[in-house]
Amino acid sequence: MSARLDVRKTYKLFIGGKFPRSESGRTYEIVSDDGAFLANAALASRKDARDSVVAARKAQPGWAGATAYNRGQVLYRVAELLEGRRAQFVEEVAVGEGFKPKAAEATVDAAIDRWVWYAGWTDKVAQVAGSANPVAGPYFNLSVPEPTGVVVVLAPQGSSLLGLVSVLAPVLVTGNTAVVVASEKRPLPAITLSEVLATSDVPGGVVNVLTGRTAELALPLTTHLDVNAIDLTGALGAQGVEWGALEAEAAGSVKRVVRPPADDVEPDWTAPPNGPRRILAFTETKTVWHPKGM
Amino acid sequence: MSFEYAPAPESRAVVDIASSYGLFIDGKFTDPAEGTTFKTINPATEEVLADVAEAGEADIDRAVTAARRAYDKVWSRMPGSERAKYLYRIARLLAERSREFAVLETLDNGKPIRESRDVDVPTAAAHFFYYAGWADKLEHAGFGPDPRPHGVAAQVIPWNFPLLMLAWKIAPALAAGNTVVLKPAETTPLSALLFADLLRQAELPPGVVNIVTGARETGSLLVNHPGVDKIAFTGSTPVGKRIAKDIAGSRKSLTLELGGKAANIVFDDAPIDQAVEGIVNGIYFNQGQVCCAGSRLLVQESIADELVDRLKRRLGTLRVGDPMDKNTDVGAINSAQQLERITSISASGEDEGATRWTAPCELPERGYWFAPTVFTDVHPAHRIAREEIFGPVLSVLTFRTPAEAVQKANNTPYGLSAGIWTEKGSRILAMADHLRAGVVWANTFNRFDPTSPFGGYKESGYGREGGRHGLAAYLQEGHAL
Repeated sequence: MSARLDVRKTYKLFIGGKFPRSESGRTYEIVSDDGAFLANAALASRKDARDSVVAARKAQPGWAGATAYNRGQVLYRVAELLEGRRAQFVEEVAVGEGFKPKAAEATVDAAIDRWVWYAGWTDKVAQVAGSANPVAGPYFNLSVPEPTGVVVVLAPQGSSLLGLVSVLAPVLVTGNTAVVVASEKRPLPAITLSEVLATSDVPGGVVNVLTGRTAELALPLTTHLDVNAIDLTGALGAQGVEWGALEAEAAGSVKRVVRPPADDVEPDWTAPPNGPRRILAFTETKTVWHPKGM
Repeated sequence: MSFEYAPAPESRAVVDIASSYGLFIDGKFTDPAEGTTFKTINPATEEVLADVAEAGEADIDRAVTAARRAYDKVWSRMPGSERAKYLYRIARLLAERSREFAVLETLDNGKPIRESRDVDVPTAAAHFFYYAGWADKLEHAGFGPDPRPHGVAAQVIPWNFPLLMLAWKIAPALAAGNTVVLKPAETTPLSALLFADLLRQAELPPGVVNIVTGARETGSLLVNHPGVDKIAFTGSTPVGKRIAKDIAGSRKSLTLELGGKAANIVFDDAPIDQAVEGIVNGIYFNQGQVCCAGSRLLVQESIADELVDRLKRRLGTLRVGDPMDKNTDVGAINSAQQLERITSISASGEDEGATRWTAPCELPERGYWFAPTVFTDVHPAHRIAREEIFGPVLSVLTFRTPAEAVQKANNTPYGLSAGIWTEKGSRILAMADHLRAGVVWANTFNRFDPTSPFGGYKESGYGREGGRHGLAAYLQEGHAL
């Protein structure tokens, strides 16, 4: 009896809720940690990057306009679906990062738990970071955090799922939409995550996932005038990418920039997040005044 | 009917202006290494007020070194409760010497004495008083159990509110435990130099605050000095972008408070007299030289004619002229260069087809003056509707629906402030939600308070000044991830 030949998956981009191939028609080979062929992933182009920004911008008002409670439920639902795909993520993380099964399971579990942790922040962050300001006069004065808009996320190159979740979830909490550049060499968990998102209640365009060369995609996204902020964590360890050069380009449109950690080493993502700082890094504080009077 | 006012000049005898000023470094006034100076003038008379030192590379290095030493040896080791008391002292001294500061500010800046006396100086003192109380409560401010200052803060401030911007910068920096090198604008250095004298009275340890004067080159030397840990800049968007680019990759922390092109939105149910006062305050306060000025009036079409008529009538009663006169509403433009910019963008308004109206008023012969101006028939594509003019020039646009008002208001790369005028509460709250601006004034405009965070969205900058949020910029834990 011969072994059954498995049906392989075609890994594609995730833009505006759809799964297109790269408009360039290009792919690149993804191999496991020990060099075995895994898949041909789409090699996204600058055009794909621009299309992703358009999709993210289009989706942003609706996502930000949803109630915080609703965003919390939608994000929690993602964790439920992640749990259902646990085995697949364990397999992808194991082969991509060279983990033994136990370590891969622990990483995936941590990623799911991290998503749940962030989902719970949606309707709390304004209470922690907002304020009623006691101005010296007869005025109502209130400050609240709001999403900054469209955020580009260079996902960590090393930790392909836990790292990705740790940088993506905080962006989404307040109502930002994201264009994610997946780990260049380990993009498969990001693509599987996009399949999870597509079947969740997260509206199309809220998360867009590009696979390809970080060096090719980071620059057009950093200089894109309709991008509000960029997380440069994934610049570390990306071939041909220097985060300082990207930060300099981001200055041209006053983008909010989250730099890689001060020691230039990818963080240990198993450590719990240091409070809601990653959430707040992608917010703007709005202060509203109104006179009081009888 | 017109009312005549008798002149009510403030006395300038309350303040002594030296003929020349050095650099305030390490607690002393010292001469610049290269001996270069520049003049600061009274923009209302073009009279030279003083010669001021221009700090060069060696001076900046000396100032940053002094700030570092003061940080390492004194300020970072001092309990927060002691830092607090220095800041309280400064607040009290500012209040005690408020008349002196107000007169000096008006002489050097050209703003009406009524504004420097009633707004700039008291708000500056209040800012120090507010942040004083934070100095020994940082661990309770919500930035983690052990919030740490950055170290040496380089602060570059503009000429429109010289003393107030100094307070916005220095008070939170010192409260959080940083030491400071501050560069005031080249056209308005005098109140910062008088502040140095106040620091002498406060007996602030040498080097905790250093004040270096100069123009853009001095500012660039300061922010690019490798000994600087944190930069706070208030000024134009192009210069802010330049600084962000220059320090990219350096890991210096940066906050920017940049330009604006605020929409002041008036609905048909607005309290119209209050709205007119709010529009006037929004764009003619400080001669419109305000980053958050309400420079675009968006008025609902059905009331546009009536509102503009009333506005013009009101503008006809503004008193333009001698800033030292207590009755003056609109003073002098700060510099010849700024006057040239206002004049040239206003000319483009006419060239592009907008209709220009100028308030009937006599302008003094000497000095830099620009009469309150209103443009109607303005198209969103006109330069006067897009670019920051930083002068007493209002562009009037109209809208029909709230959605159109939101769309037009947000149609700008800036996002510093916005105004809403309507009696309908639910509309105020919905509009406030949709406007992409850091400060939204509803049925008021241009209100400032030390407890109230201020700062922009988009190309108006990042970071906030004022309130608990304003501390974050001066603490490592405030932004570090």
